[in-house]
Parts: sequence; C-alpha cells; structure tokens
Amino acid sequence: MNGPTGESCDMAHELTQHLVEAVVTTIRDHADELTGLDQAIGDGDHGINMKRGFDAIAEAAEIKTLPLGDALQKAGMTLVMKVGGASGPLYGSLLMAMGKAVAGDPTQGQQIQAMLAEGIAAVKKRGKSDVGEKTMLDVLVPVSETLASNLSRHAPPTETIAGLRATADAALERTKAMKATKGRASFLGDRSIGHLDPGARSSQLLIHAVCDAVAESLRT
Amino acid sequence: MKRGEHTTDRVGIVVVSHSHEVAKGTIDMVRQMVGNEIPLAFSGGNPAGGLGTDVASILAAIEKAWSPKGVAILVDLGGAESNSEMAIEMLSEDRREKVVVCNAPIVEGAVMAATEAAGGGSLQAVRATAEELSPR
Repeated sequence: MNGPTGESCDMAHELTQHLVEAVVTTIRDHADELTGLDQAIGDGDHGINMKRGFDAIAEAAEIKTLPLGDALQKAGMTLVMKVGGASGPLYGSLLMAMGKAVAGDPTQGQQIQAMLAEGIAAVKKRGKSDVGEKTMLDVLVPVSETLASNLSRHAPPTETIAGLRATADAALERTKAMKATKGRASFLGDRSIGHLDPGARSSQLLIHAVCDAVAESLRT
Repeated sequence: MKRGEHTTDRVGIVVVSHSHEVAKGTIDMVRQMVGNEIPLAFSGGNPAGGLGTDVASILAAIEKAWSPKGVAILVDLGGAESNSEMAIEMLSEDRREKVVVCNAPIVEGAVMAATEAAGGGSLQAVRATAEELSPR
C-alpha cells in the first residue's frame, strides 16, 4: 500500500476540517426536524441527542487537526460517550469502524468505499439489523452500493457525488413505506408506516454534508 | 450465607434504564428481596441528566457491581441495550467475557436474576433464569 504523499496529506487534513464543519452544521440546523420525526414514531429525542453529540465533536477542537482515521475514531467515541440514546453507539460505531479502516490515502474513492463498508458492517452488528427495517442502514447501504458502482466504472468525482446525493434522497423517501421492526418505532408496528425514519433522515443529511465537504475539497 | 456477609462469590447485577428513577427503583426492589447478598448497581439517564443512557455511567455501574463470577445487565429499551453492549466492549478483554446483557423485562428480570445470583448460580444460570421471562 502506498503511503500518502505530502500533498494528499494536506488534502486529507483540509478534508477533515471541511467534514467536521459540514456535519456539525447540518445536525445543528436540522435538530428540531429530526426530533419532530422521532416524536412521530420514536421517543422524540433523536435531534436533541444528535445535536448534543455533534456539539461535543465541534467542541473537541483537536478532532479537526488529526489525520482522518484518528479524527473519525475520536469523533465516534465522542458520540458514544455524549449522545445518550441508541444513535450514539450506532453512529459512534459507524465512525469508529470507518476510522479504523483507513489505510493509505483517505481521499481516494476505493479507500472511502472500504471505510464505508466497514462502518456499515459495524452498524449492522451494533443494531443487530439489516436493510429493509426502516433504519439508517436503508440510506447507508444504497449509498455504499452507488459509490461502488460509480467507482467500478470510473465515473468522474462530480458525477459520483451527484449520484450519492440522489441515492440518499431516494433511499430516505423509501423508508416512509417501510414498517419498523427495530428500535422504538417497532412497537408501533404498522403505524410506523407512512413516516420517514429519523435515523435514515440524519444519515441522508450526513451523506449530503460529506458530499458538500468533498466537493469543497475538490474545488480548492 | 448471611445477608451482607460478603459478595464477591456472587454474580453482580446491573440495571440500566433510560430513567434514573426506574433504574434506582428497580434496584430498590431487588435489594428488598435479596438484601445485600449480591453486588448491585444501576445507571439511569443520559450524560446531560435527562432521559437516556450513558456509556460512562454504565461502565461505572459494571465496575461497582464487579464480581469474579461476572455481571448480568438488565436493560429497558433499545439505547440501553446498545449502550450497554458498547460499555462491555470498552472493558478489558478478560472482563468483557464475564458481562452479559439479559434479554428480559427489566424489573422482573432483575428480580429473577438477583434471586438466582443470590443462590450462587453461575453467570449463565443467572442469565437463563432472567431470560425465561422473555416471550421468545
């Protein structure tokens, strides 16, 4: 495996800064909406919990200065310790597994794909869940598949980013018709049908934020 | 064994609820039934003091109820389970395998688990006794 060159190190560092800013901003901006979605089919704390976790990431100033792998692990641990709801260990496990999977240059598509695959495996394990159960996985897994297919046909980065955004949006919308069988929403049974899943919405927001940050890094 | 004698040869019980009051109340009920024969601890509420669960506090509860025979955790809802599993993974390797989350109703499960633990049951027996209460 090739070690990162000086240039890609700088790129990776800049990317980490953009990523932290983008994800923190989107969670803060949408905290009330996430809580509203969760009041419909959960216990109404998703936005509050996510905001507490991402505020803590913003306050941990050293995260922005770390190499991406370390930054992801530190951010994941911060979510685990601060969120206080199921989203803490779920998003925490996602980020920690992605961070641990960093090997080589984290600005390369194949590397991101491998990281995301490890992250998704960790979420499945932590949540004892899989696709089709009206969870964050119903956004993350299709996004990962789109990334893989774009990479395999060597699509240009801007096209890949647009594809990831569109996939996340369509995947989120599909959670509306799903019946929840995991988490608090599963108590509602059929009554969970017709509502967007709050965790799928936060995942879709975070995918957009990551796309924003990567697009920003590509421009500079 | 007399009540309050010593507890290190009994499985410890930890109760993890989204609510501090539920967690504490459950342990109060357990203590009334089995006394201080077994190590007991609870964790309830999120890091900000509201409803939710807190990995650091769960870790502290496992530490408090630690026994060489192991610790059985009773949880209420989703986040309590995943945060308890997270806490277990953060333990040292030799302790990790001696802590289990029981798939059982929190109050009834805690009482049944504690009764088995007080009788000197193994961690597996404590867990099995609590899980007999589960529908599946």
